[in-house]
Amino acid sequence: MSNFTLSVLILIYLAVLFYIAFIADRNSKSKWVNNPFVYTLSLAVYCSAWTYYGSIGVAANSGISFLPIYLGPVIAAPLWIVILRKIIRISKQHNISSIADFISLRYGNDRFLGALVAIICVVGTVPYISLQLKAISDTFKIITESSSVSQVGAFGDSTFYIALLLALFATFFGTQTTDASAKHKGLIATVAFESFLKLLFFVIIGVYVTFYLFDGSVDLHQKITSTEDISALVGFNHTEEVFGWLYMISLSFMAIFLLPRMFQVSVVENVREKHLKQSIWLFPLYLLLFNLFVIFIAWAGKITFGDTVNPEYYTLFLPLHHGNLLMALIVFFGGLSAVISMVVVSTLALSTMVSNNIVIPYGFLDVFSKAQPEMNAVYIKRIRRIAVFSIIILAYLFYAHFLIKLSLYSIGLISFVIIAQLSPSFFIGLFWNRGASKAAKIGMVLGFLITVYTLILPFSLQAVTGSSSFVEDGPWGLFLLKPHSLFGIDFLSPPAHAFFWSLLVNTVSYLVFSITSKGNYRERNYAEMFVDSKNYNSLQDNALVWKGEAFVSDIKNVLVRFLGTERTERALRLFFTKYDLPENIQMADARLINFSEKLLTGSIGNASAKILISGVVKEEEISLVEVLKILEESKETISRNKLLKDKSMQLTQLTDQLKSVNSELIAKDHQKDEFLDTVAHEIKTPITGIRAATELLLDDLEEMPSELKNQFLRNILSDADRMSRLINNLLDFEKLSKGREELNLAKNSLRKTINAALVSVSQVAQNKNIQILDTNRSDYEFYYDEDRIIQVLTNLFSNAIKFCHPENGIISIDYRYDEGYIFVEVKDNGKGIPPDDLNFIFDKFYQSKNQNTIKPLGSGLGLAISKQIILQHKGTIWARNAAKNGVVVGFKLPFD
Amino acid sequence: MSKRKILIVDDEPNIVMSLEYAFKKFDFEVFIARDGSEAMEILMRHIPDVVLLDIMMPNVDGYQTLKFIREKVELSATKVVFLTAKNKASDIEKGLKMGADKYLIKPFSVKKIVSEITTLL
Repeated sequence: MSNFTLSVLILIYLAVLFYIAFIADRNSKSKWVNNPFVYTLSLAVYCSAWTYYGSIGVAANSGISFLPIYLGPVIAAPLWIVILRKIIRISKQHNISSIADFISLRYGNDRFLGALVAIICVVGTVPYISLQLKAISDTFKIITESSSVSQVGAFGDSTFYIALLLALFATFFGTQTTDASAKHKGLIATVAFESFLKLLFFVIIGVYVTFYLFDGSVDLHQKITSTEDISALVGFNHTEEVFGWLYMISLSFMAIFLLPRMFQVSVVENVREKHLKQSIWLFPLYLLLFNLFVIFIAWAGKITFGDTVNPEYYTLFLPLHHGNLLMALIVFFGGLSAVISMVVVSTLALSTMVSNNIVIPYGFLDVFSKAQPEMNAVYIKRIRRIAVFSIIILAYLFYAHFLIKLSLYSIGLISFVIIAQLSPSFFIGLFWNRGASKAAKIGMVLGFLITVYTLILPFSLQAVTGSSSFVEDGPWGLFLLKPHSLFGIDFLSPPAHAFFWSLLVNTVSYLVFSITSKGNYRERNYAEMFVDSKNYNSLQDNALVWKGEAFVSDIKNVLVRFLGTERTERALRLFFTKYDLPENIQMADARLINFSEKLLTGSIGNASAKILISGVVKEEEISLVEVLKILEESKETISRNKLLKDKSMQLTQLTDQLKSVNSELIAKDHQKDEFLDTVAHEIKTPITGIRAATELLLDDLEEMPSELKNQFLRNILSDADRMSRLINNLLDFEKLSKGREELNLAKNSLRKTINAALVSVSQVAQNKNIQILDTNRSDYEFYYDEDRIIQVLTNLFSNAIKFCHPENGIISIDYRYDEGYIFVEVKDNGKGIPPDDLNFIFDKFYQSKNQNTIKPLGSGLGLAISKQIILQHKGTIWARNAAKNGVVVGFKLPFD
Repeated sequence: MSKRKILIVDDEPNIVMSLEYAFKKFDFEVFIARDGSEAMEILMRHIPDVVLLDIMMPNVDGYQTLKFIREKVELSATKVVFLTAKNKASDIEKGLKMGADKYLIKPFSVKKIVSEITTLL
């Protein structure tokens, strides 16, 4: 395939990536962009070309040693829930945009520490980026079959252009906003897409090699054992290897947290904390799939080529060897994907660090304070863009001058060891509040120097001079200082050896100097916030202790310089609303200082933010003891506030309850009054009748006609009956509603009970010429109090008789079984009940306004008593107007 | 002089019967209504001199009936006497305020009622 065709294909592929990034940026709120799978796939930026090609090289040369670099992350994954979640929370709260910012903030906005971390990251990452460029260049050549190195300077090298394109890509999607802590969703979408592609393509080539070119894993195993000493490739042989494994596992464990690109995707670009939960098993699964075929491809390569080609590119050579260009192309694009995502994310992360932790705090703050506000945003973006290009060009130069002859794998390891120097101040600092900034700096510098001495220097000397005397004899022939076996430790591989010594010295110095140094209050303040992050999250802006004098207007001016007027106004408005402060407040408090620093951190890094803010405020020194005391106090205040809030809530609830109980009582009292009134009225009426009739009889005993006399006597009798009935009903109702009346439950026949009730009303019905329809012949036997149910039925019948049609009265009774209940209904054909009254007819002393002109004989308690009886049977009673005319009163009783 | 006309409005037949007997004996012309709406009809037809009015009745109660009487010019000479079991001070005040000429309470002495009505006329 020609250079040109491949270049065109690459351009098309890049255009696709541009398009994806563009679409994802446009739909940044869509579910397709914000989900745990995208998050996990973006984490897979961990698998760079080093994984894609390098692993096979390792597998071919030293068997399963390629595995530990993936075991570290797998071991780390479950810990993410604890460690990474903490880091994410802190970072989100403080608008942290890089690991340099994170570490520098932990040690009290330390400017120098931030810069140091940034430098270590650059030094550790640039060779790694070079490595990616080398992979592109190598594979490009393999595909185009121009095996000879025939480049004419940088401008004749396609790799250079690819590097520039990547820089353009990173610039376009990574530096659109000045706030580096903002999410780059478009970019992350392409990373996820590429992670998916590289895995897919790698599995495809794996399957192709294992099952198409060969007859599966068993076949490969048989063939390799016949040509090679397999034991060297599958087991542990020496102590060196055991230590090698331990070293690789711990190295990769740290790398997954510390690599700038990993911090970028796992922390800065994390959209939702809960995505972590799925990623802790999805990410190891991804790694597992990726490593499934590595060993088989390595064997296949060994069998096919022996040692004639670079084993790192077996995946390309194998299909090419079998004339399958398409398969080789697929592999090439998988590798290209790995490269692009790694390079783009890394340069983005590095450029943020270079601008926010080196360039801005050390050189541009003065410029910023003088320039026009609109220009500041332009400057910041420009600095980042220049940084992106510089880093890529630097990486290219490194590649062009050092890397051509080195393997991917060894450079990758050097990078890891350099980055690992951040681990003591990073990990220990997260959990130990004594960790001090001075100690972090000393530890890092010493660790870095040892790495340089034991790894980078011999490596560079060897690469440049070609002589290995420095390594073999030590400097000036000092045996104990031999760079690959300091003090006689000679059983470790050079990177493991460097890792061991550098981290040992780094950690020990960190611990020792932390214990001995006092640290300033600010440092201690942030240490408390990081270590006890749960507590301090709740303190929010209160967590920073600050004392001094500052004008809101001054701080606002600083903010406007970097955020613009509109964003500043909006942010301050939110702040004032949140803390319930008047908008025209003049003096700033600690919360505003802290809030403003956070706002600026995203744009210019925390060290610069602190410097800028402290430039416009008059800060008082506070002692360490005071800081701790104030923090303790604000913690207490918050918990006390919470307690007070809870108490006040409880009190409000209690008051509400009391209020409702009170109004219930008032209502009850009112009901009682009404009830007494009604009872009094109901008793007085017959007494009045009796009193008047008796008086007349007494006075006119002689002259009154006997017929009238008899009438008056009958009246007295009926009034007396009425009174005694009323009193009996009252007492009955009282007993029932207070639950003082025990039911006399027994197995009874409903049919017989209805008959008994009908007997007592049939005479009245006949007198009034009312027809009773009672056709149901079925019978149900179940438990109820027969006397009481007869009472209910009699009541319902009397009511029906009272209210049915005055001339052609018809009453019907029916009953049935349904879903565990017996339903009984009595229907009349009267005028019905006004719908408004349906709810009240079971209240005591309700008497319909619509009853016939002759006042019914009831006491006004019949239905109320019936209701109590039915309720005591655990049934319900109801009334409704029938479809045509009349009222249906029914009840149901439980059958079992 | 023609007979004095009295209208007794009450929904309790036993009570009405006693009152009717007593007033007839004292030479009243007695009309009977079982509730407010019946009363209104009789009122307009016979224009009684006095109305003996219960308060708690179905359909149209005593208050409504009183209001009706006080609104009619034809009935301006008609006296209204409440006869009711409602004996709370507030009830009495309400009744008199609405324009009743007397407020008598159940249970009652028939003789006393007759003499009260006679004095009123």
